[in-house]
Amino acid sequence: MAVTKAPPQPRDTGEELRPQSPPAPSPAPSRAPDAETRRLDSPLALTLLMLLVVLCQGPIRAALGAPVMQSWMTVFVAVLVQALPFLVLGVLLSAAIAVFVPPSFFARALPSNPVLAVPVAGVAGAVLPGCECASVPVAGALVRRGVTPAAALAFLLSAPAVNPIVLTATAVAFPRNPEMVVARLVGSLLVACAMGWLWLRLGRADLIKAPARHAYEGQGKGAAFWGSVRHDVVHAGGFLVVGAMAAATLKAVVPQTWLRTAAENPVIAVLALAGLAVVLSICSEADAFVAASLTQFSLTARLTFLVVGPMIDLKLFAMQTGTFGRAFALRFAPATLALAIVGSVLTGWVLL
Amino acid sequence: MNRQAQSAILFVLGAALLHAGLTDLYLRYVKAGLRPLVLAAGVVLIVTAVATAWYEWRADAKRKEHHGEQPQEEGAHHEGAHHERAHEEGAHEEGAHVHREPRVSWLLVLPLFALILVAPPALGSYSAMRTGTALQQAYGYQKLPASGPLRLGLADYAGRAVYEHGKGLTGRPITVTGFVALDHSGAPYLVRMALNCCAADAQPVKIGLTGQVPPVLKPDGWLQVTGTYTAKRTKDAVNGGPIPYLQVTAAKPVPTPSDPYDETWNN
Repeated sequence: MAVTKAPPQPRDTGEELRPQSPPAPSPAPSRAPDAETRRLDSPLALTLLMLLVVLCQGPIRAALGAPVMQSWMTVFVAVLVQALPFLVLGVLLSAAIAVFVPPSFFARALPSNPVLAVPVAGVAGAVLPGCECASVPVAGALVRRGVTPAAALAFLLSAPAVNPIVLTATAVAFPRNPEMVVARLVGSLLVACAMGWLWLRLGRADLIKAPARHAYEGQGKGAAFWGSVRHDVVHAGGFLVVGAMAAATLKAVVPQTWLRTAAENPVIAVLALAGLAVVLSICSEADAFVAASLTQFSLTARLTFLVVGPMIDLKLFAMQTGTFGRAFALRFAPATLALAIVGSVLTGWVLL
Repeated sequence: MNRQAQSAILFVLGAALLHAGLTDLYLRYVKAGLRPLVLAAGVVLIVTAVATAWYEWRADAKRKEHHGEQPQEEGAHHEGAHHERAHEEGAHEEGAHVHREPRVSWLLVLPLFALILVAPPALGSYSAMRTGTALQQAYGYQKLPASGPLRLGLADYAGRAVYEHGKGLTGRPITVTGFVALDHSGAPYLVRMALNCCAADAQPVKIGLTGQVPPVLKPDGWLQVTGTYTAKRTKDAVNGGPIPYLQVTAAKPVPTPSDPYDETWNN
C-alpha cells in the first residue's frame, strides 16, 4: 500500500528524457498537470511533422528522383517490409514468454549447469521459425526471464540459422551441394555454442543491460502483454530502421566489381564475404540464394557468408544495441564475427 | 515519444502495411509469398496501437478519478491503478537512461513517409547495371511445345540459351518481357530482377538485345520483345556471368507487370 507513494520523484521525468523538467517536489499533486503538458508535445510534434511532410511532398519527391536515391529507398522499404512481420512475430513470442511463461519453466527446461545449457539452448533455436529479427526480442525476453545469458545468447545466434525453413531454403539454393546444408547447420551450432561458452568465461553480468523494463507484476496480463508488444515494436523497430538505412546505403553505394577481385584470393574471399554478409543484412531465409549466386567464390567462402549473416550484420547490431545495450553489442559483435569466420572456415575445411 | 504518439505511429505503420499488402504495392519490395505475413503484421500493429491507447486512456481515467477525490482517497481500491502507473513509469525512467527508447522510435516515421508518400518503385536499371547477372543453371528445363511461337520468362530464355545452347528455340519467334537497361556504351539489355525474399536480395538476369532494336530506349521502361534465338554471347562486365542475346524483330512498350520481379526461384 505504501508502495504506491514510495518511489515518487524520479519517475516524474517519465518516458521522455527531459533533463530540463524540474523534479517534482511532492509527488501526487504535481503529477497530473505535469503529465498533461508533457503529454501534448510528442503527439503534437508528430502531427506537425506529418503535415509538414505532406505539404512538402512535391519537393521531397523531386529530391528523391535520382536513381541512387530511388534504389536506396526501395531497398530501405524492402528490408523493413520484409523484416517487420518477423519482428512482430518475435515480439509477440517474447511478450508471451515475458507474461505467460513463469521463470520456473526455463529453470526446469534447461540443464542447471550453464555449460550444458548452452548447447541445449543452441539446438532449441531450431524451433523458432523465422529470421534473425525474431530472435533478438525472444533472446531478450529469455534473459529477463532468468535464463542464463550464455544460453540465451547461444539461442540468439543459432535460431536464425538452424531452423527448418532456413535449412530448406539452403537446400533449394544449393541443389548440387547438399553438403552445404549440413555444413551450415554444424558451423552455426558450433559458433553459437562457442560464443555461449566464451560468454561463460569472459562475460560479465553488468555488460548486458539490466532488464530495466516494465515490471509486469501488478498489472493485468492483457496490459502487460500489449505493453510489452508496444515497447518492443517501437523500440526494436527504431533500431531496425537504423540497420535498414545502413544496409540500403551500402548496397546502393559499394560497387560489386570489388567482389570479383576479392574472389581470386582464398583468404580475402572469406573475409570479403564475411564483410558482405555484415553489410548486406539479408534475411537469413534469403541469404542462401544470394550466396548461391556468388559463383566466383569458393564454397567455404560462401559458407562463411551463410554462417556470419544470421549471427551478426548491421541490422542485428543495431537491434542488439537496442535490446542488450551498447557496451554489450560493441564487445559481442566483433567476437561473434571473428568466431563465426573461424568456425565456418574450420567447418568448410572438414566438410566441404 | 510518449505512449499516445507511439500508439499513433503503430497505427499508421499497421495501416501502411495493410495498404501495401492489400494492393500490389508490396510486390515492389517483397516476394508474393510474404503477403499473409505482411497483412498479419499490419493487423497486430493496429491491435497493439488500439490496446495501447485503450490502456492509456483507462489509466488516465483512473488517475483523474483518483485526483478528483484526492481528500478522502489514499484508500484501498484506487491503489491498484496508481501502483500500476508508478511501477511502469518507474521502470521506464530507469530504462530511459540506458536505451532512450523515445528517441530511436522517432525513426519509425521514416519508413512511413517512404511507404506512404513516396512508395519507391521496384528496383530498376540502376541496380541492374551495378550488379552482375545472376543467371544460373536450373535443375532441368521443362519440355517446350514442339513448334510455334513461344512466350518465355526472361530468366527461362536466358537459361535455355546459355545452358541448353538454344535447344528447341532455334528459328521460332520468342516473346519475353522485361525492363530496359543501358550499359556505359549505351548497349541495350532487357532485364528482369529475380527475387528470393525482398528487394535487398534481388539480382538481375540480363539478356542483350540485337537486331531491330527500337532506336530510342528509355531505361526502366518495360518492353515486350519478340525475336529469335541467336548464339551470340557476352560476359557481364560486373561479375563475368554469361549474357545471351535475342535477335529482336519487334518490340512494344508494356505497362509494368503487377509483380515486377521474377520469383521462379521461390517455387
